[in-house]
Amino acid sequence: MSAEPETTETLDVKGLSCPMPVVKTKQAIDALEEGDVLEVLATDSGSVSDVRGWADTTAGVELLDQRETTQGGETVYQHYVRKTT
Amino acid sequence: MSTDTPPQTSDVDVAALVSRLEEVEEEVAAIRDDTADDRKKMTMIATKGSLDMAYPPLILASTAAAFDWDVTVFFTFWGLDILHEEKSKKLKMTPLGNPSMGMPNLLAAIPGMDSMATRMMERKMTDQGTASIQELLELTLDLGAELQACQMTADLMDYDDDEFYEGVTTGVGAASALAEMGDSDIQLLI
Repeated sequence: MSAEPETTETLDVKGLSCPMPVVKTKQAIDALEEGDVLEVLATDSGSVSDVRGWADTTAGVELLDQRETTQGGETVYQHYVRKTT
Repeated sequence: MSTDTPPQTSDVDVAALVSRLEEVEEEVAAIRDDTADDRKKMTMIATKGSLDMAYPPLILASTAAAFDWDVTVFFTFWGLDILHEEKSKKLKMTPLGNPSMGMPNLLAAIPGMDSMATRMMERKMTDQGTASIQELLELTLDLGAELQACQMTADLMDYDDDEFYEGVTTGVGAASALAEMGDSDIQLLI
Protein backbone atom coordinates (compact mmCIF):
# COMPACT_ATOMS: atom_id res chain seq x y z
CA MET A 1 0.00 0.00 0.00
CA SER A 2 1.39 3.35 -1.05
CA ALA A 3 1.70 6.23 1.37
CA GLU A 4 -1.31 8.44 1.93
CA PRO A 5 -1.25 11.63 -0.15
CA GLU A 6 -0.04 14.66 1.79
CA THR A 7 -3.13 16.45 2.96
CA THR A 8 -3.77 20.10 3.69
CA GLU A 9 -6.95 19.58 5.65
CA THR A 10 -9.19 16.79 6.92
CA LEU A 11 -12.98 16.80 6.76
CA ASP A 12 -14.76 14.41 9.09
CA VAL A 13 -18.22 13.43 7.84
CA LYS A 14 -18.39 10.14 9.71
CA GLY A 15 -21.97 9.30 10.64
CA LEU A 16 -23.49 11.48 7.92
CA SER A 17 -25.31 10.02 4.94
CA CYS A 18 -26.15 11.10 1.38
CA PRO A 19 -25.92 13.85 0.22
CA MET A 20 -23.85 15.26 3.10
CA PRO A 21 -20.42 13.71 2.33
CA VAL A 22 -20.40 15.22 -1.17
CA VAL A 23 -21.98 18.54 -0.24
CA LYS A 24 -19.64 19.10 2.72
CA THR A 25 -16.67 18.06 0.57
CA LYS A 26 -17.61 20.71 -1.99
CA GLN A 27 -17.87 23.37 0.73
CA ALA A 28 -14.50 22.38 2.20
CA ILE A 29 -12.83 22.40 -1.24
CA ASP A 30 -14.19 25.89 -1.90
CA ALA A 31 -12.39 27.15 1.21
CA LEU A 32 -9.01 25.73 0.09
CA GLU A 33 -6.32 27.04 -2.25
CA GLU A 34 -5.24 25.65 -5.61
CA GLY A 35 -3.03 22.58 -5.13
CA ASP A 36 -4.34 21.81 -1.64
CA VAL A 37 -5.42 18.25 -0.87
CA LEU A 38 -8.49 17.51 1.20
CA GLU A 39 -8.83 14.26 3.11
CA VAL A 40 -12.46 13.21 3.66
CA LEU A 41 -13.35 10.61 6.29
CA ALA A 42 -16.77 9.02 5.84
CA THR A 43 -18.69 6.02 7.11
CA ASP A 44 -21.34 6.15 4.38
CA SER A 45 -20.47 3.31 1.96
CA GLY A 46 -22.25 5.23 -0.80
CA SER A 47 -19.64 7.97 -0.47
CA VAL A 48 -17.18 5.86 -2.51
CA SER A 49 -19.16 6.13 -5.74
CA ASP A 50 -20.65 9.53 -4.82
CA VAL A 51 -17.32 11.30 -4.24
CA ARG A 52 -15.92 9.67 -7.39
CA GLY A 53 -18.97 10.76 -9.43
CA TRP A 54 -18.77 14.28 -8.03
CA ALA A 55 -15.04 14.60 -8.72
CA ASP A 56 -15.45 13.28 -12.28
CA THR A 57 -18.27 15.73 -13.03
CA THR A 58 -16.96 18.85 -11.31
CA ALA A 59 -14.31 21.09 -12.83
CA GLY A 60 -11.31 22.08 -10.72
CA VAL A 61 -11.04 18.96 -8.56
CA GLU A 62 -9.10 15.74 -8.93
CA LEU A 63 -9.68 12.53 -6.99
CA LEU A 64 -6.23 11.25 -5.97
CA ASP A 65 -7.12 8.18 -3.98
CA GLN A 66 -9.86 6.33 -2.15
CA ARG A 67 -9.20 3.78 0.53
CA GLU A 68 -11.01 1.78 3.15
CA THR A 69 -9.80 1.25 6.71
CA THR A 70 -11.27 -0.12 9.90
CA GLN A 71 -11.18 2.23 12.86
CA GLY A 72 -12.56 1.08 16.19
CA GLY A 73 -14.66 -1.63 14.56
CA GLU A 74 -16.27 0.59 11.92
CA THR A 75 -15.33 0.89 8.27
CA VAL A 76 -14.03 4.33 7.35
CA TYR A 77 -13.82 5.44 3.73
CA GLN A 78 -10.99 7.88 3.07
CA HIS A 79 -11.12 10.10 0.01
CA TYR A 80 -8.31 12.37 -1.17
CA VAL A 81 -9.30 15.27 -3.39
CA ARG A 82 -6.95 17.89 -4.84
CA LYS A 83 -8.15 21.34 -5.77
CA THR A 84 -6.71 21.96 -9.23
CA THR A 85 -7.97 25.48 -10.02
CA MET B 1 -20.89 33.57 -71.69
CA SER B 2 -20.85 29.91 -70.64
CA THR B 3 -21.92 29.00 -67.12
CA ASP B 4 -18.50 27.71 -66.02
CA THR B 5 -16.71 30.91 -66.81
CA PRO B 6 -15.64 32.49 -63.51
CA PRO B 7 -17.48 35.74 -62.89
CA GLN B 8 -15.57 38.89 -63.51
CA THR B 9 -14.60 40.75 -60.40
CA SER B 10 -16.75 43.59 -61.52
CA ASP B 11 -19.82 41.28 -61.43
CA VAL B 12 -19.40 40.64 -57.68
CA ASP B 13 -20.30 43.07 -54.98
CA VAL B 14 -17.14 42.60 -52.92
CA ALA B 15 -18.23 44.99 -50.23
CA ALA B 16 -21.48 43.08 -49.68
CA LEU B 17 -19.59 39.78 -49.47
CA VAL B 18 -17.11 41.18 -46.99
CA SER B 19 -19.88 42.56 -44.84
CA ARG B 20 -21.76 39.24 -44.97
CA LEU B 21 -18.55 37.42 -44.03
CA GLU B 22 -18.13 39.71 -41.03
CA GLU B 23 -21.71 38.98 -39.94
CA VAL B 24 -21.13 35.24 -40.15
CA GLU B 25 -17.88 35.56 -38.17
CA GLU B 26 -19.75 37.44 -35.44
CA GLU B 27 -22.48 34.80 -35.32
CA VAL B 28 -19.92 32.00 -35.04
CA ALA B 29 -18.15 33.85 -32.22
CA ALA B 30 -21.45 34.29 -30.37
CA ILE B 31 -22.29 30.58 -30.73
CA ARG B 32 -18.78 29.69 -29.51
CA ASP B 33 -19.31 31.89 -26.44
CA ASP B 34 -22.64 30.23 -25.68
CA THR B 35 -21.33 26.70 -25.96
CA ALA B 36 -18.10 27.48 -24.07
CA ASP B 37 -20.25 27.92 -20.96
CA ASP B 38 -20.81 24.22 -20.40
CA ARG B 39 -22.21 24.71 -16.90
CA LYS B 40 -25.21 22.45 -16.63
CA LYS B 41 -28.56 23.85 -15.61
CA MET B 42 -31.22 21.91 -13.74
CA THR B 43 -34.76 22.99 -12.94
CA MET B 44 -37.09 21.02 -10.68
CA ILE B 45 -40.72 21.47 -9.79
CA ALA B 46 -41.43 20.27 -6.22
CA THR B 47 -45.14 19.66 -5.60
CA LYS B 48 -45.21 17.37 -2.57
CA GLY B 49 -45.06 18.33 1.11
CA SER B 50 -44.88 15.03 2.98
CA LEU B 51 -41.73 14.26 4.96
CA ASP B 52 -40.59 11.48 2.63
CA MET B 53 -41.21 13.49 -0.53
CA ALA B 54 -39.49 16.62 0.77
CA TYR B 55 -36.13 14.86 0.57
CA PRO B 56 -35.71 14.08 -3.16
CA PRO B 57 -35.82 17.70 -4.42
CA LEU B 58 -33.48 18.92 -1.66
CA ILE B 59 -31.00 16.05 -1.99
CA LEU B 60 -30.83 16.51 -5.77
CA ALA B 61 -30.67 20.31 -5.54
CA SER B 62 -27.86 20.35 -2.96
CA THR B 63 -25.87 17.71 -4.82
CA ALA B 64 -26.33 19.46 -8.18
CA ALA B 65 -25.21 22.72 -6.56
CA ALA B 66 -22.14 20.87 -5.25
CA PHE B 67 -21.47 19.94 -8.90
CA ASP B 68 -21.43 23.70 -9.61
CA TRP B 69 -24.59 23.37 -11.67
CA ASP B 70 -27.03 26.22 -11.99
CA VAL B 71 -30.00 24.95 -9.94
CA THR B 72 -33.54 26.28 -9.67
CA VAL B 73 -36.32 24.58 -7.71
CA PHE B 74 -39.85 25.89 -8.09
CA PHE B 75 -41.98 24.88 -5.07
CA THR B 76 -45.71 24.76 -5.63
CA PHE B 77 -48.80 23.42 -3.86
CA TRP B 78 -47.82 21.21 -0.91
CA GLY B 79 -44.17 21.54 -1.88
CA LEU B 80 -44.40 25.10 -0.59
CA ASP B 81 -44.45 23.75 3.00
CA ILE B 82 -40.79 22.76 2.56
CA LEU B 83 -39.87 26.45 2.21
CA HIS B 84 -42.14 27.52 5.08
CA GLU B 85 -39.98 27.89 8.17
CA GLU B 86 -42.59 26.64 10.66
CA LYS B 87 -44.29 24.01 8.48
CA SER B 88 -41.00 22.52 7.30
CA LYS B 89 -40.22 21.41 10.85
CA LYS B 90 -43.54 19.57 11.15
CA LEU B 91 -43.73 17.68 7.86
CA LYS B 92 -45.56 14.38 8.23
CA MET B 93 -45.93 11.22 6.22
CA THR B 94 -48.71 8.68 5.99
CA PRO B 95 -48.61 4.88 5.86
CA LEU B 96 -52.09 4.97 4.25
CA GLY B 97 -52.04 3.72 0.67
CA ASN B 98 -48.28 3.24 0.90
CA PRO B 99 -47.50 -0.46 0.39
CA SER B 100 -43.79 0.19 1.01
CA MET B 101 -44.52 0.80 4.69
CA GLY B 102 -46.09 -2.63 5.11
CA MET B 103 -49.07 -1.51 7.17
CA PRO B 104 -52.57 -2.70 6.17
CA ASN B 105 -54.70 0.26 5.02
CA LEU B 106 -57.39 -0.52 7.59
CA LEU B 107 -54.85 -0.02 10.38
CA ALA B 108 -53.15 2.89 8.63
CA ALA B 109 -56.46 4.75 8.56
CA ILE B 110 -56.71 4.83 12.37
CA PRO B 111 -56.24 8.37 13.78
CA GLY B 112 -52.71 8.94 15.05
CA MET B 113 -51.07 6.54 12.59
CA ASP B 114 -49.59 9.38 10.51
CA SER B 115 -47.86 10.81 13.58
CA MET B 116 -46.62 7.38 14.56
CA ALA B 117 -45.24 6.63 11.09
CA THR B 118 -43.61 10.07 11.04
CA ARG B 119 -41.95 9.52 14.42
CA MET B 120 -40.69 6.11 13.30
CA MET B 121 -39.22 7.57 10.13
CA GLU B 122 -37.62 10.48 12.01
CA ARG B 123 -36.01 8.09 14.47
CA LYS B 124 -34.64 5.96 11.63
CA MET B 125 -33.30 9.04 9.89
CA THR B 126 -31.53 10.26 13.02
CA ASP B 127 -29.94 6.82 13.48
CA GLN B 128 -28.82 6.81 9.83
CA GLY B 129 -27.30 10.29 9.98
CA THR B 130 -29.80 11.67 7.46
CA ALA B 131 -29.84 15.45 7.53
CA SER B 132 -33.00 17.25 8.64
CA ILE B 133 -35.10 19.08 6.05
CA GLN B 134 -34.12 22.40 7.63
CA GLU B 135 -30.42 21.56 7.51
CA LEU B 136 -30.62 20.43 3.87
CA LEU B 137 -32.61 23.47 2.86
CA GLU B 138 -30.18 25.93 4.42
CA LEU B 139 -27.24 24.07 2.89
CA THR B 140 -28.88 24.12 -0.54
CA LEU B 141 -29.39 27.89 -0.33
CA ASP B 142 -25.80 28.31 0.91
CA LEU B 143 -24.51 26.48 -2.15
CA GLY B 144 -26.23 29.02 -4.37
CA ALA B 145 -29.30 27.14 -5.57
CA GLU B 146 -32.32 29.27 -6.32
CA LEU B 147 -35.38 28.13 -4.34
CA GLN B 148 -38.59 29.74 -5.55
CA ALA B 149 -41.99 29.92 -3.88
CA CYS B 150 -44.96 29.83 -6.24
CA GLN B 151 -46.87 33.08 -5.67
CA MET B 152 -50.27 31.67 -6.59
CA THR B 153 -50.01 28.83 -4.06
CA ALA B 154 -48.58 31.15 -1.40
CA ASP B 155 -51.68 33.34 -1.80
CA LEU B 156 -53.93 30.28 -1.78
CA MET B 157 -52.45 29.06 1.50
CA ASP B 158 -52.18 32.52 3.05
CA TYR B 159 -48.41 32.34 3.48
CA ASP B 160 -46.61 35.66 3.86
CA ASP B 161 -43.21 36.17 2.24
CA ASP B 162 -41.56 36.52 5.66
CA GLU B 163 -42.78 33.07 6.72
CA PHE B 164 -40.38 31.48 4.23
CA TYR B 165 -36.70 30.83 4.91
CA GLU B 166 -34.38 33.74 4.29
CA GLY B 167 -32.94 33.47 0.79
CA VAL B 168 -36.10 32.01 -0.77
CA THR B 169 -37.25 33.82 -3.91
CA THR B 170 -40.89 34.90 -3.81
CA GLY B 171 -43.22 36.44 -6.36
CA VAL B 172 -42.66 33.92 -9.14
CA GLY B 173 -45.14 32.02 -11.26
CA ALA B 174 -45.53 29.32 -13.88
CA ALA B 175 -44.12 31.48 -16.66
CA SER B 176 -40.80 32.04 -14.93
CA ALA B 177 -40.60 28.34 -14.03
CA LEU B 178 -41.20 27.40 -17.68
CA ALA B 179 -38.63 29.94 -18.86
CA GLU B 180 -36.05 28.33 -16.54
CA MET B 181 -37.02 24.85 -17.74
CA GLY B 182 -36.66 25.89 -21.37
CA ASP B 183 -33.07 26.90 -20.67
CA SER B 184 -32.24 23.78 -18.66
CA ASP B 185 -30.37 20.60 -19.50
CA ILE B 186 -32.33 18.69 -16.88
CA GLN B 187 -35.95 19.18 -15.86
CA LEU B 188 -37.70 17.17 -13.15
CA LEU B 189 -41.18 17.16 -11.66
CA ILE B 190 -41.30 15.76 -8.15
